[in-house]
Amino acid sequence: MASDEERRAREALRKAARFGDDIDLEAYSEGSRELAPVGSLEELPEDTKTTLLDTGIVPSGKGRAGNFLLMDNSVVHSAVMGEGVELMPLSQALKVHDWLKDYVWKAVRPDTDKYTAETYLENADGYFIRALPGAKVRMPVQTCLLLKDRNTKQYVHNVLIAEEGSELEVVTGCTTSKGVEKGLHLGISEFFLRKGSKLTFTMIHNWSEVIGVRPRTDVVMDEGATYVNNYVALKPVRSIQTYPTAHMNGPDGVCRFNSVAVAHPGSVLDLGSRAILNAPGCRAELISRTITTGGTVIARGQLVGNSAGIKAHLECKGLILSEKGVQIAIPELEARVPDVEMTHEAAVGKIAQDQVEYLMSRGLSEEDAVGMIVRGFLDVGIRGIPEHLKAEIDRTLQETDVRRG
Amino acid sequence: MLEIENLTVEVAGKEILHNVSLSVKSGYTTVLFGPNGSGKSTLLMTIMGFSGYKVRSGRILLNGEDITHLPVNERAKRGIGMMMQRPPNITGVRLKDLVRIAGKGKVDIAKIAEELDMTNFLERDVNVGFSGGEIKRSEILQLTAQNPCLLLLDEPESGVDMVSIEKLGAKVRELLQGPSHCAGWRERSGKAALIITHTGQILDYVEADRGYVMCNGTVACSGNPRELLAEIRKMGYQECIRCKLNQPNLVVENVASEG
Repeated sequence: MASDEERRAREALRKAARFGDDIDLEAYSEGSRELAPVGSLEELPEDTKTTLLDTGIVPSGKGRAGNFLLMDNSVVHSAVMGEGVELMPLSQALKVHDWLKDYVWKAVRPDTDKYTAETYLENADGYFIRALPGAKVRMPVQTCLLLKDRNTKQYVHNVLIAEEGSELEVVTGCTTSKGVEKGLHLGISEFFLRKGSKLTFTMIHNWSEVIGVRPRTDVVMDEGATYVNNYVALKPVRSIQTYPTAHMNGPDGVCRFNSVAVAHPGSVLDLGSRAILNAPGCRAELISRTITTGGTVIARGQLVGNSAGIKAHLECKGLILSEKGVQIAIPELEARVPDVEMTHEAAVGKIAQDQVEYLMSRGLSEEDAVGMIVRGFLDVGIRGIPEHLKAEIDRTLQETDVRRG
Repeated sequence: MLEIENLTVEVAGKEILHNVSLSVKSGYTTVLFGPNGSGKSTLLMTIMGFSGYKVRSGRILLNGEDITHLPVNERAKRGIGMMMQRPPNITGVRLKDLVRIAGKGKVDIAKIAEELDMTNFLERDVNVGFSGGEIKRSEILQLTAQNPCLLLLDEPESGVDMVSIEKLGAKVRELLQGPSHCAGWRERSGKAALIITHTGQILDYVEADRGYVMCNGTVACSGNPRELLAEIRKMGYQECIRCKLNQPNLVVENVASEG
């Protein structure tokens, strides 16, 4: 079997992804797998710690159930502090749990595109997180994926299992050290939510203008599982293309994707989210709020209704704050049985002048009024975000230059 | 305080106000009567400075300063505050944040919200899903925090149920007149108001000093507000229009005599 999978992966090495610019994988050097481990995140250099904080990662690990840091292609830190949860490098977990091979590469197919294929063939490491059956993990697990070297290609392969009846929150911060000139992040994430489990997953992307990003995420959900995905990308980046997909295979599952993103000049963000509702009673809500201050945003969303009695809503709203910015909203609804309730709402455009003037009539300057409206616009997308991350994101929002160009 | 001089205003290329003149004296509450579509809201929106209301000729003076072409926030800074008839929804902006900004952080938001039964709305997005009456209370809440010298109220009583109108009326009165009913005190307090009313109901709660009747984009008449209202209730606005047509000079004299 493995050889067949490998053969297909090899064949897919030149297979361009369905969306996004085709990135030349040869143009990057492979990130080191030999970086020295760190005993605690607090041992990291000050500027790295600041970088982590910006993505919601607390170097002290205070209030966290686990810490994980992947630097280039080396797992340099992995520690569990809380109860009811396992956290370790995937490579290690495969040795510990014989059954894990039944999960690996089962949600994401290695031959999806060249990025998955290369990550597969490179036998990438990443995190393995498992919430034990019935465990209500009180504090979030934090994982950080850091690009450190001048010219780095980072492969990541994460597997997360929320066992039956468990509850877990995960925060992933993705970021770049100062001085990186060129980087590529390929991240495969396979999440399995067992019956009645609940996972809140928040990803904060703070890459930089020189980084290309191609995450591939599939979430497999059993009966009554709840998945909340928060995605935040407010800082400049060269190119992101992602289309995380929830496969809602058991009845009465609930999933929610909230995304907020700002496309700065030079950034191309191709951001999608997809829910495939395969069982009765499933509900899904995909909300995206994007802004361009000069870059390009493609906000995709897809709902697929394959079972009767499902209910799903998709909402993409985009603000254009600059003459040079481009907003493309592509919502798709696909119903394969009659008894479904699926809706979508998409809108792109500039800020309404009557809103600006209304706030000005309360004494705000035009610039402050625009800032307030823009932050409010994005706020709708992050209302599902855990409280402990809000302050950090609010600060980033305050700093984000949203002036109309 | 406010002088409108021969104001002609167009909206989307169509002339709505024709040569309107009126004045609101410091400490005086002035009401503006008129049928639907007579240009009352247009006048208020123009005074506040909203775009889309294009002044073709004439001037707006506030305390002697020509503010005809000032941006909205500069007018707010100079002490004009407006209650809009249909304010826009601002998704993602919580009412409490707007109230805090309007009050420059100096007001007890919880207290004034409670007085207006708006406590449960502070965490809600501004105007989103508010009923007609809730919008009025939200506007008054913001104005209370803002505490302007010249209030422009666009039909404060419309869409408000009978129970709320009591509270709303009291708050408007407090905003305009302070704790005292005495006209002398009001004059000294320096607050002035221009209130649009279609039904005149607000006069049950607020002492008004002067009234104007607008018809077809012009000022048809002015005088004692209660007398005007009694006439309008008896005869309807048609009578005002007829009267104005018969005595074209009456209004001009009235305005001129106010100085």
